[in-house]
Amino acid sequence: MSDDDATDAAADPSTEGGGVGADVDTADADVDATNADTDAAGANTADSLIATRELSVSFGDLEVVSGVEMTVDRGEFVGLVGPNGAGKTTILRAITGTVDADAGRVWLDGDRLSGLSAREASRRVASVPQETGLSFDFRVRHVVEMGRTPHLGRFDGHDATDAAAVDDAMAAAGVERFADRSITAVSGGERQRVLLARALAQETPALVLDEPTASLDVNHAVTTMELVRDLVDDGRAAIAAIHDLDMAARYCDRVVVLAGGRVRAAGPPETVLDAAAVGEAFDAEAFVGRNPATNSPAITSFPRSETASRRLHVVGTGPDTASVVARLAAAGHELSLGVVPEGDVAAVAAADAGATVVTVPAFAGVDAAARAAARDLAAAADATVVVGGADPTADSPTPDDSAAVAADVVDAAARVIRVPGDTDGEDLLAAVADPSST
Amino acid sequence: MRVRRRATAWSTVLAGVLATVVVVSAGIGPVRIPPVEVAKIVLNAAVVPAGVEVASTGAGPLALPGIDLTYRSPFAFPVDDVHERIVVLVRLPRILLAALVGFALAAAGTVMQGFFRNPMADPSIIGVSSGAAVGAVAFIVFPAALSATLTLPVFGGVDVGLSYGTGVSLFAFVGALIAAFGVYAIATRHGRTPVATLLLAGVAVQTFLGAVISYLQLQAGESLRRIVAWLMGHLSGAAWSEVAVTAVVVPPLFFLLLVYARDLNVLLLGEEEAHGLGINVERTKRVLLAASALITAAGVAFAGIIGFVGLIVPHILRLVVGPDHRVLLPTAAFSGGAFLVAADTVARAGATELPVGIVTAAVGAPFFIYLLMNREVHEL
Repeated sequence: MSDDDATDAAADPSTEGGGVGADVDTADADVDATNADTDAAGANTADSLIATRELSVSFGDLEVVSGVEMTVDRGEFVGLVGPNGAGKTTILRAITGTVDADAGRVWLDGDRLSGLSAREASRRVASVPQETGLSFDFRVRHVVEMGRTPHLGRFDGHDATDAAAVDDAMAAAGVERFADRSITAVSGGERQRVLLARALAQETPALVLDEPTASLDVNHAVTTMELVRDLVDDGRAAIAAIHDLDMAARYCDRVVVLAGGRVRAAGPPETVLDAAAVGEAFDAEAFVGRNPATNSPAITSFPRSETASRRLHVVGTGPDTASVVARLAAAGHELSLGVVPEGDVAAVAAADAGATVVTVPAFAGVDAAARAAARDLAAAADATVVVGGADPTADSPTPDDSAAVAADVVDAAARVIRVPGDTDGEDLLAAVADPSST
Repeated sequence: MRVRRRATAWSTVLAGVLATVVVVSAGIGPVRIPPVEVAKIVLNAAVVPAGVEVASTGAGPLALPGIDLTYRSPFAFPVDDVHERIVVLVRLPRILLAALVGFALAAAGTVMQGFFRNPMADPSIIGVSSGAAVGAVAFIVFPAALSATLTLPVFGGVDVGLSYGTGVSLFAFVGALIAAFGVYAIATRHGRTPVATLLLAGVAVQTFLGAVISYLQLQAGESLRRIVAWLMGHLSGAAWSEVAVTAVVVPPLFFLLLVYARDLNVLLLGEEEAHGLGINVERTKRVLLAASALITAAGVAFAGIIGFVGLIVPHILRLVVGPDHRVLLPTAAFSGGAFLVAADTVARAGATELPVGIVTAAVGAPFFIYLLMNREVHEL
């Protein structure tokens, strides 16, 4: 008990005294502006529906959230991403007041959360939990009606306004179809949408969602995210913990990357979700490409490989080569590729990975300059990786002279590593790491 | 609005059932009295305030005008004098006490099952019954010594002239509240009372108090029989004064619980979700616990330990009317009253009177097993 008091006492002066930012890893603009006193801090956050400052939460001796600063403005959808145990859910629970912060502050619509009653807070922020503990067989409609609780006086019944809000919420979340079913008789995904409907019935300006699509099928996952996106575009604010990085990249205005309870990076998905940030946060190797259907970042992660970074030239085309490029880039190797036709998937992947790519227009044949450039890259590389193409039985989609070009480029290489088109990621990395392999 | 209509309709029907059971029960016994005559007797016994008299009470500077109400009965049906005395003086107080106790236990059981989100919860789960038993048994074993404590200077040194029956009830009531508060205090840390801790604290305290009761029984000697009767639940020898006390204590607590019925529904979602929906979780839990403990204590203080009413009745009604406490709580309460009146009628109708606790358990346990085997009780 005295330890808690000591922590509070120690935390407060540091917040007031301008020591803020010392242990914040990110260069987020919101963070830099905050070494002022409480009043100024309050003014800074007045525009945001949700704001946290120096937020720390501990469970016993374990600090699960440390000095987190973030804001969610009206019309903004913020995604919290990070590995399991990064503190995503805890931050959301601190925002809704279901866990007490050990230090730091949370503002809801300009007021300190600690000064709001549960009822006042529940009119400002509604939360969609991962699961509900409800096991009594309430009807779905009744569960959604519970979302009106913050708006009802102790002796009030539901009036027409409440009924309309409940109907709208059920329609928006697509749960009308089973409104009269028992909550114990709907599937996990349907249950999650019922919880979403309940939060919508609360009619709050801010929404907090914990893994809103975790148990949804692909159609309902997208529908749910589109719905949240629409609500945000109508002026609400939303913050969601999201496991699916592609989903976060596609729908969020900003993402906050968390690891070990701290903010590692924050900003628009295009700038924040790069291979380095994702790799560091998740302690994995990541390749960040682009989803051709949505043109948003698409993240593929691989287990950590611990190989020394090398300078590699890749020869090959098509999806097999694209996979090899992605895996090698994720493992931290410095890559070049060529010669490939323009627009080949391997060329796109290599460009996303920041590699040097020697391209020629498709079906135009390979000119001498391109051939020479590729030979130079192969010569400069520690090794040249030949994917599939050199295998005479491989069905290569490249023009007829491609085999000759490949042979020419390989000829210039100091060391050649041949891998089959369907190579396993582990075999590939082992082959690259082993100096004796050819 | 729809919910209120359902609640009112169901409650009216079940209140009617309760009234019918009361009238039928009052006709059953060694002397058979037809229900119509019982109804006339009951109506004759009903009184309404007839006038107000302002009278000066006492003398001296603090004398204030007192207000005396006079009563009259609006009915005067001709009835058999002996029958009237049997019904009014012997059967009716017992039946009404059974109705009130059953009402209280079923209401508390409903709230506890919701509160703990556990179908096995009943009113005794937070140690109320065990505490009441220790208080009552202690008084039965040491009546003189415990009566004497009330005349100690700390209590103002007033000799309240405690009768034996009142002493048992008073100590049962106080014991029940001490045990419930003890369980609450054990389970509460930093202003939070986790339900799981409360459940375990309740089990621990019940176990400990069980040991105390066993020890007292060993020391009981000749009063052992009375202890066993009390522990099995009994309504014989009920007096109008007991009915009056219960009738004053139970309804306000019931209405308090009813006011919190919607909060209890939301609490079923889990405490975090309830908090997110604007419920002041810890305060709501304290109100529900305190009201349930008091209403249970009021029930067991006069009637002893009557099991199964608070467990079975809420279960059955949940199957019938659903889990919404705004409907479930009043319907379970009226049904509990009717059930206990019926059970007590069975208990006293035979050649040898049985403790009513035996009847409720004998009827209740098989029915509970039936539910377990035929319904998905785990889903409530």
